[in-house]
Amino acid sequence: MIHLEGINKTFRVARRKSGFGRALQALFSREYELIHALQDVSFSISQGEMVGYIGPNGAGKSTTIKIMCGILRPDSGVCNIDGRTPWQDRIDHVRNIGVVFGQRSQLWWDVPVGDSFDLIRDIYKIDARRYKRNLEELVALLDLEEILKTPTRTLSLGQRMRCELVASLLHSPKILFLDEPTIGLDAVSKIAVRQFIKDLNSRRGTTVILTTHDMQDIEALTERILLIGKGRILMDGSLEELKKRSSWRKTITFEYLGPQPALDAGMTLREARPGRIVVYLEPEVCSAAEAIAHISRQVEVKDVSVAGISAEEMVAGLYREYDI
Amino acid sequence: MRLYLKFVAMHLQSQMQYKISFFLLALGQFLVSFTALLGVSFMFTRFNAVDGFRFPEVLLCLATVLMAFSLAELFGRGFDHFPRIIRSGELDRMLVRPRPLVPQVLASLIEFSRLGRLVQAILVFCYAIPASGIHWTWDKALTLCLMVLCGSIVFFSLFVIYAAFSFFTIEGLEFMNVFTDGGREFGRYPYSIYGREVLRFFTYVIPLALFQYYPLLYLLGRRTSILYMLMPLLALPFAIPAYAFWRYGLSKYNSTGS
Repeated sequence: MIHLEGINKTFRVARRKSGFGRALQALFSREYELIHALQDVSFSISQGEMVGYIGPNGAGKSTTIKIMCGILRPDSGVCNIDGRTPWQDRIDHVRNIGVVFGQRSQLWWDVPVGDSFDLIRDIYKIDARRYKRNLEELVALLDLEEILKTPTRTLSLGQRMRCELVASLLHSPKILFLDEPTIGLDAVSKIAVRQFIKDLNSRRGTTVILTTHDMQDIEALTERILLIGKGRILMDGSLEELKKRSSWRKTITFEYLGPQPALDAGMTLREARPGRIVVYLEPEVCSAAEAIAHISRQVEVKDVSVAGISAEEMVAGLYREYDI
Repeated sequence: MRLYLKFVAMHLQSQMQYKISFFLLALGQFLVSFTALLGVSFMFTRFNAVDGFRFPEVLLCLATVLMAFSLAELFGRGFDHFPRIIRSGELDRMLVRPRPLVPQVLASLIEFSRLGRLVQAILVFCYAIPASGIHWTWDKALTLCLMVLCGSIVFFSLFVIYAAFSFFTIEGLEFMNVFTDGGREFGRYPYSIYGREVLRFFTYVIPLALFQYYPLLYLLGRRTSILYMLMPLLALPFAIPAYAFWRYGLSKYNSTGS
């Protein structure tokens, strides 16, 4: 379905130092800096997959998405989506894709949302029956009945994002690109959006590619993760694999009465205060149950809490590991 | 085309939501170009003729350029506004729509407040057409229509060139205004009054004189060759390099931010 091979993209950015003298100098001679936004990026995604594309800011996520959408053309490399090269067969290609840029709206600011949808119907030449069916279904799923007559400018961010989803799905695209779809949303809207994307993927079989900084998005939605950093694909695998690769530790916090207990093999002390210790566990050596048993033999334990490492910490760990 | 009309309706609807702002803008447009008219008429309180052209004849010239410009601006505002379309990321959105780009840019912005200028051009025509003392025949009426139509295409091409520059640099685009706004302001008088070099420039480099000065001579009966009547058509090929330059700019497009 989607196949990228050896994609390179370099931007030439004029560099200007601050200060008036430098600005004056820049009028006559400019220094350029080459930024390698993407270097030898290759991956394949098959139909119906849901892929999370993660990486720190400036890693090249948006650039990759823009190439796959046909907005940018790479310096070299092959990109084949559903048999087409996006930037060559732009019009045929974009008929098959839906794009949501979380930070930018595709709706017309001053007209009611419903009118924006009608314009999109005409832009995509969606036939009346299919349009009606799609619209009714999407509006019902995302609970937008009351706001169809409201101008976009008065919508809340959560409402707007749900409308954006509808707008990019009216023409039943085979592939949906979501660039930070949950950015700035409250918890309820986030969950609604995630649930909707999940449904869409399982019912229509739409291929979904999503970039995000929200690890809960990744946990909730994607089976597969692509990690990009400094323009290179660093990892391509499932969330489970990612968990295995990252330093996968648990922490246990004990509150107890009595002197500080001794630790067993596989336990490292992270924090100690009178009556409270925090311990790292290496699960291969010592299970949580064993650790609790070991400590409670020595002191009277008042409270225990066990915490796994969150996806967020895991990714932060990965960024550190790859030095990106 | 039907879609374009829908966009027109949409823009009208959304601009009518801010009625006061709309009328003030239209009034502003009207007044700004009114100063040009005043300038010309003050000039003629002192002189009877400028370079051999009388007041109503100059007004004819002024109205032609004003109308051509305001038509171009009304329909081609999207190109005039192009740097902002790039910066806001709207161009990215257009690129993921299954439609050719030029109509999308045209449909992206239609400012009806620009009608203020158009109305003024029409009013000046209403005065100048009878006052010029021209014996209006079919060929002369056709010439005038050609002047206005071809003129707006030339101005429109200038907007397209302006837009094309914005692919490469956002700063320093002001110099293009010398040709667009400048062309309009200079165009109050026949280009010949600025001297031979200026006239040459506006004939061979940027063909503003082709729809203004030469056919005006035909209208006034100072030239009778049909070539002068058809001069405006010669300005049309100017659109080709303008469009080619824009396509070239587009191929170098690098998008913005995330």
